[in-house]
Amino acid sequence: MESFLNQIPAFFSAGNVTLLAEAVGVTIALTFFGCLVGFTSAFLIVMARQTPGRWAIPLRGAAILFVELFRRVPFLVTSYLVLFSIVIVIKNPSLFIVGLVSIAIYATAFTSDIIRGGFESIPRQQIEAAQTLNFGRWRTMLYVVIPQSWPVILPPLIIFMVAFVKDTSLVGYIGVFELAFRGKELNNQGFSGIFVYGFIALIYFCLSFPLMRFGYWLEKRLATSRGQESQRELR
Amino acid sequence: MPHLEVKNLSASYGNLQVLHDVNLSFEKGEVVALIGPSGSGKSTILRVLMGLTPCTGGGAVLDGRPIDYRSAASVRAARDRMAIVFQQYNLFQNMDVMRNVTIAPIKIKRRARTEVEAEAVKILARVGLAEKGRAYPDQLSGGQQQRVAIARALALKPEILLLDEVTSALDPELVNEVLDTIRGLAKDGMTMLIVSHEMAFVREVASKVVMMDKGRVVEVGTPADIFERPQTDRAREFVGKILRH
Repeated sequence: MESFLNQIPAFFSAGNVTLLAEAVGVTIALTFFGCLVGFTSAFLIVMARQTPGRWAIPLRGAAILFVELFRRVPFLVTSYLVLFSIVIVIKNPSLFIVGLVSIAIYATAFTSDIIRGGFESIPRQQIEAAQTLNFGRWRTMLYVVIPQSWPVILPPLIIFMVAFVKDTSLVGYIGVFELAFRGKELNNQGFSGIFVYGFIALIYFCLSFPLMRFGYWLEKRLATSRGQESQRELR
Repeated sequence: MPHLEVKNLSASYGNLQVLHDVNLSFEKGEVVALIGPSGSGKSTILRVLMGLTPCTGGGAVLDGRPIDYRSAASVRAARDRMAIVFQQYNLFQNMDVMRNVTIAPIKIKRRARTEVEAEAVKILARVGLAEKGRAYPDQLSGGQQQRVAIARALALKPEILLLDEVTSALDPELVNEVLDTIRGLAKDGMTMLIVSHEMAFVREVASKVVMMDKGRVVEVGTPADIFERPQTDRAREFVGKILRH
C-alpha cells in the first residue's frame, strides 16, 4: 500500500499527464470523427439499399453484403483487415487514420439499421404526398423524411457513439496511441497495474457517463418534439 | 378533344385486379364525381392518374397526349398539371401551413419566394385560413388540415384537381367547411375529379357522375340521370340504398 501511494507523485508527472491527456484527445477524436464518417456512410448505404429499380440490384446487394459482413466480424479483426489492406497501397500509413477507418466501417455497419428504421418510421402517405408534388427521391429525403425522422435516429446514434468510446481501446492493438495503450505503457514502466488501469477506467467512465446521460435526455426530449406532439392549443 | 381521357385502364394490387378496362373522359371546367361502394376502384383511378399505383393496361390521355406511366419524365409532366388531395390530408408534419403550401412552387417549380408567398396568402384566405400560416398541422382541426391540403394543391395551379374522399376522415360538423371550399372552386370553373360519399354534395356540384362497381364503370350520366333515372340494375340498387339513408 505504501509503495502504491509512493507511486502517485511519479505517476502524475508532467510528462505522464501530457501523455494521458493526448491519449484522451486521441480516443475522443477517433470516436467522434470515426463515428461521424461512419454515420455519413451509413446514410449512403441506406440510400443505396433503398434505390428502386432493376438496375440497382447490384447496388442493393453490395450495401446489404457490406452491412451483414462487418456486423459479423469482430472489431479487432476489422482493424487488422483495414491495416493490412492499407499497407498494400501505402507503406507507412498513419495508424490514426487506420483506426479511424476501422471505426467508420464498424459504425457504418451497426448504425445503418438505426437510420433505416428511422426512415421507415415515416408514414408512406407522407412520401406519396411528396411524390405527387414532384419531389424527387433526394428532395423527399431532404425536406420530408430526414426532418421527421431525426428525432428517432439521433439519440440511438449518440448512444452508439458514447458506447463506442470504450471500444476504441481495441485500436491500441494496431498501435494507435489511445488511452488503453498508454495505460499499458505506464504499467510496463513499473506503475501498479491496479492503479494505472483504475485511473484509466475512471477516465473512460468520466468520458462516457455524461454523454450517455445526454443521449438519454435527448431521446426523451425529442420524443415530444414536432410530429409526435399531442394536439396543442392555438386552434 | 376531351381534356382528360382515361382509356381501357386496368390496375391490380398483387393478384387482385381492382380496375377493369375503365373508360371515362371529361372537358375543361367539368366536375366529375366518381361514386360507388367501397372497394369499387374509385380511389385507385386517382392514384393511377397521379402515378402512385402502376397501371397494368390502358392509360390516360391529357389534351390529346398520352401519359406514359413507365417514363418518369412523363409522370412528372402529368403531376405538373394535376394535383391530388388525399383523404388523410397528408400534410408535412414538420412544416408550418405556409411552408406546406409554398414548398413545391418554390423548391420544385423554382418560382420566386416572395411571389409564391403572396399567392399563398390569397389562397389561404380563399380556403378561410388566412390567420393560420404559422400554425403546424398538429395544431389544426381535421377540417382545417384538409383545407390546407386543398390550398397546397391549388398553389401548384393545377389544371385538374383530384379529390380523394376528402371529407371521409372528418367529424360530421367539419365536413361542410371543406365542402364549401370545393363549392367555391367549382363555381370558379376548376376542373375536378371527385371521389365522394357525400351524395347530396355530388348531386349539387357534379356535371357528370360516374358510377363504379367492382373495378368497372357501371353507368355514366348527369346527376339527374344517375340519381333519378338509373339505367342499370346495379346503379338502381346502389342509388336505392343511399337514398334510403
